[in-house]
Parts: sequence; structure tokens; C-alpha cells
Amino acid sequence: MRYTLTLAMAALLAAPAMADPIKVGMITTLSGGGAGLGVDTRDGFDLAMKLAGDAAVDITVITEDDQQKPDVAVQIADRMIQSEEVDILTGIVWSNLAMAVVPAAVQQGKFYLSTNAAPSALAGAQCHEDYFSLSYQNDNFHEAAGQAATDAGYENMVIMAPNYPAGKDALTGFKRFYEGEVASEIFTQVGQTDYAAEIAQIRDADADAVFFFLPGGMGISFLKQYSGSGVTTPLIGPAFSFSQDILPAAGDAALGIRNTASWSPDLDNEANKTFVDAFKAEYGRLPSVYAAQGYDTANLILSAVATADIADRDAFRDALMAADFPTVRGKFRFGPNRHPIQDLYLREVVRLDDGTLTNRIVDTAMTDRGDAYAADCTN
Amino acid sequence: MLIFEQFLNGLQYGMTLFLMAAGLTLVFGVMGLINLAHGSLYMIGAFACAAVAQATGSFWLGVGASLAAAAAAGALIELAVIRRLYHRDHLDQVLATFALILIASEGTRWVFGSFPLYLSLPPSLSGTVSLGGLVYPSFRLAVIGLGLAIAVFLFWLMRGTRLGIRIRAGEADREMIGALGVDIRSLYTVVFALGAGLAGLAGALVGAVQSVQVGMGEPVLILAFVVIVIGGIGSIGGALAGALLVGMTDTLGRALLPAALATIMPQASATAVAASLASMLVYILMAAVLVWRPTGLFGVRG
Repeated sequence: MRYTLTLAMAALLAAPAMADPIKVGMITTLSGGGAGLGVDTRDGFDLAMKLAGDAAVDITVITEDDQQKPDVAVQIADRMIQSEEVDILTGIVWSNLAMAVVPAAVQQGKFYLSTNAAPSALAGAQCHEDYFSLSYQNDNFHEAAGQAATDAGYENMVIMAPNYPAGKDALTGFKRFYEGEVASEIFTQVGQTDYAAEIAQIRDADADAVFFFLPGGMGISFLKQYSGSGVTTPLIGPAFSFSQDILPAAGDAALGIRNTASWSPDLDNEANKTFVDAFKAEYGRLPSVYAAQGYDTANLILSAVATADIADRDAFRDALMAADFPTVRGKFRFGPNRHPIQDLYLREVVRLDDGTLTNRIVDTAMTDRGDAYAADCTN
Repeated sequence: MLIFEQFLNGLQYGMTLFLMAAGLTLVFGVMGLINLAHGSLYMIGAFACAAVAQATGSFWLGVGASLAAAAAAGALIELAVIRRLYHRDHLDQVLATFALILIASEGTRWVFGSFPLYLSLPPSLSGTVSLGGLVYPSFRLAVIGLGLAIAVFLFWLMRGTRLGIRIRAGEADREMIGALGVDIRSLYTVVFALGAGLAGLAGALVGAVQSVQVGMGEPVLILAFVVIVIGGIGSIGGALAGALLVGMTDTLGRALLPAALATIMPQASATAVAASLASMLVYILMAAVLVWRPTGLFGVRG
């Protein structure tokens, strides 16, 4: 009896594909005004694990709500690292929360895979070998919008963002690839609800187009007020105000507006078709870009688990770096600072025959784009 | 022309704030209650309007529903929670009404889900009107009109009706009017429901040009408190004056400061400084008013 048991254990240890169980801690926003983004991140991630079937049997996922508060996120991360002993952390939507959690987590020997937030600090000087971004670097969508504006021949633009770090980064990212003149640079207030003053300035500026970055409810408010204002200057912006979580609420106010992202529901590849169909079947709605990023993150983990044991950190890290997973973006690889090198698309908001608003790709804005901070990353 | 448009924008924004602040100042002034959950009633109004407008296709039915839903929620909250707080100090009230915010937010998320709701203006309000060369959204004019109508209604209610006399008497001495046979408990329920209904109405109308989502009430709530502190707590006239002052200051500050500062410093730093200064402007205004008149513009209480 003892002999057979020992033999069985030896067989277990010898089996190459039989890795240690893995614990993933997902910290994301599931309550309050920003919950839609976290719910989509979680649902995309869970869907990939579900579709993986037996391949995911050794992976345990613990999900907790950070309430969009940095202090809560830090508490959850501490608990997950110390009592739950997770191997991988993921899921944070907001950059300020990521800055509070990520550096400490990787210092304590955990992998962090970002499903969304990717602030410039963590892409440059403070990059870490155990921190990977599956989404983008924060500037990317804005850079693509700048490139698209240049390609469209806009020569004089109003650019607008909220007066906080991500807003300033957005305008910097946009101007990195926009070659025309800036007619006016407008900083709005965070959480602002009334945009009459800004819309009057846009009307007065008589520009070729307006670039704006107003995430969440701010974007919905602006779009509704802009569409009712009689001002016809075209808008362009990053996908955050045109994502699938926002579009039903924005309604016709968003119709026809061009926006930039690394993914779109109509992106033509096998993995994406599987993802969009399965997501619709499972949750009864179209996935957003956050869901797509969550789904890709889960598949990256699955691909790494299939080839390496997490106990061997170097091998596991190499397996993550290889990024050998069926991405919904068609192609995906990591740059030297473990941030994506990927294509960025110009999309347009359209209405489907059944009345649903969604995005359709009209052009590729940038091909194989990395980010502006990779050179500063020496870790 | 741009200045005139920005002036109208300021007026319109002020009226929006007044819709929110009127209910708040009524409750604060009459009942001495700090109600942080006023923003939640605003949110309930917006969600009720969105849900009913979605189901029936009529925005105006939605507006009616928002008024009813918020007033009913207000009455319910008063009976269940607020009633126990009148004799407690303000810290207890803040704590309890803050708890109400959390309950209302998560309750709304339970019922309606995590994603923002769709609510748009009816065709009659979604166009623009021409005002002597200025193209202005008709919705914004309607808000100005409605704000004025509500102000007139409240003045009439407070000055010209028996209910108003009782409310003002209760404000002056709540024990005395109780002793005179007025049912102070149900009077307070009515006042609270009225304040809640006003918040719900504001939520429905303003929600139509904003994002109807969980937590939408909190940014407006902070400004509404600034408005009633500037105007003087408990005064409807003060709320109107304070709201217009805040609306004008905020709008004109955002509109004019960048250009004004650009004349004395380089463009890039002018934009940054102006943005920061504009967001502080209403609070600077509040501080200045309080230095000049510690009880607010129309305040009587110390």
C-alpha cells in the first residue's frame, strides 16, 4: 500500500504537465459608479477560465471588490498576499489604485498582470520583471487618436481632458502623434457634469475637430450635451467614452463618432469570434474592451500554466513573456518593458439592425505600436 | 456674443444647482437635519425617470414618476430613519445619512445593474433655438424656466399657504407649534418628502443630459451644500441667490480665466493655472462670503 502510494506520488512529481495549483487574486471595482468596468473585466476573465475547461482545473480565482478606493485595494492585496498566498494578482481598473498596489505586490514576489491600468511610471523607470500589462500603456489610445487625426488631415484642433494626471497624459499622448495646430487646450474638472462653457468655447474656436478624453459618466454627459448643442465640429477620442459599457447610455449622441482602441467586437479573427459569441451567450450583452482585456489576461495565464510550473519563477516568467495564447486582438506580443506591442484601430460607432450600438473598425491607426517609455525600463 | 452665451450658461447651471439646493435647504433649515442622502434621492429620481421613459416611451411620464418615486422614498426614509435623528447631534445625522447613501447606491445597482442607463430628452427639448444670432439648446432654456417656476412656487408655498406658515413656525420654534396642536411629526414627513421630490425632479431633468449612473448625486451634493452655505441655511431666496452666484462664478471662471491669465503669463502655464484656479473658485467665493457674512447672504441663524 505504502509502496503504491509512493509510486503514485513519484509519478505525479515526474509528470511534466502536472503543475502546482495556482491561486489568482482578482482585485477589481464591483460597486459604485465605476462598477461596470470591473464587472466586465471579471466576466471576461471568468469566461476564459470557463471555456478552458479541464485546463483551468488547477487554477483558483478569488475575486474581491476594491470599491475604486486605493486604500481598500491595498488592504485586499495585503490579505491576498499574506493569508491567501496567491501567486498572481490582476484586475485593477484604475491607475491610481494600480500605483498603490503593484509596486508592493511585485516586491513581495507576486506576479501582477494588468487587465487595464498601465501608468507611465510602471512602464518606464519603475518597471519590474514580474509586472506585465495585457491592455496597453496608458498613452496608447490617445497616441492612436493623434495619429488618426493627422491621417484625417485635421490641421487645427481643440483638445480637452480632465485636470488630473491621466488627463494631462492623454493630451501629451495625443500631441505626440498629432502634427497640426492646437487651437485651444481645455482642462475640465474631474467629475464635472455641465459642459456648456466648454461647448461654447468649441463653437467659438471654429476648429477642424475636437479631441476629448472624458472617461465614464463625464463622457456620457459631454456627448449628450454636445449632440444637443447644434455644434457640428467632428469629435475623436479614445475608446473609453465609446466602450460597450457606455454606448447604451450615450445612445444616438455617440453615433458615427470615431474612436481608437486595440480591440473591437468586429475584429476578424477566430479567437475574437469565439469570445464575442460566448460572451453574448453567457451574459446576454456585447463585451467591452475591458472584457476583452480580462479574457486575454486569463488566456495568457492558461498558456503559461500549460508550459511552466509557477514554482520555477524564471520559467513561468519566460512562459508569460512568450505570450503564446489565442488573443482576441489577432496578434499580441510583449515589448522589452513587458507592455504590449500591438495594432491600434480607428473605430466608428454604428447601430446594428437589432438597434444595439457598437463599434466597427474603419482603419488601422497604428501598426505594432509599443510605447514611449520602454527605453527607460532597465529592470 | 460668446460672453453673452457664457452668461446664459452660468444662469442655466445656477438654476440646475438651485433645483438641487432648494430641497436641501428646506430640510436643513426647517428640520435642522444634515441630509447627505439628498444626492441619493436625486439619483433615485433619475433612475425612475429612465426606467419609466424606457418602458413607456414617454419622457414626461418618466418625470412624473421621478417626482413620485423620490418623494415616496423620501417619506419612507423619514419614517424609518430620519425621524429618530432630530434630537441627535449633527455627527449622528451625518453618519446615518451617509449609510443611506451606501444603501441607496448598492440597492440601485442591484435593481438596475452596474452600467449607466439610457435617458434622453424628448424631441421637443432636444433641438436648438435662435436667440438673435445665438444658437442655444432649448433644453437649457427650459431648465432656466423651470428653475424660475420652482422658485416662484416655493415662495408662494412658504409665504402664501397654511403649510408654509406651519413650516416657518416650526423653523422658529418646534416645541411651541407642537403645543399649539400642529402635528409636527407628519409636518416633517411632508417637508422631507417635498425636498426629496424636488431632488428627484432635478435628477430626472438633469439626468437627461448627464450620465444616469450609481453615484451621480454626490458631485452635485457637494455643490448644493456650498450653495446653501453661501445663501444662508434655510432660506429659499438665499438658495436661489447662492445657486446663481455659484453657477455664474463656476461657468465664467472656466470660460474666461484661461484667456485672462494668458495675457500675463505664457499660454501653457496659463492653461494649467486657470484650470486649477477655476476648480477652486466657488470655494474661494464661499470663504469670501462667510468672512463678510458668517451666516450667509440671507441667513438669520448664528
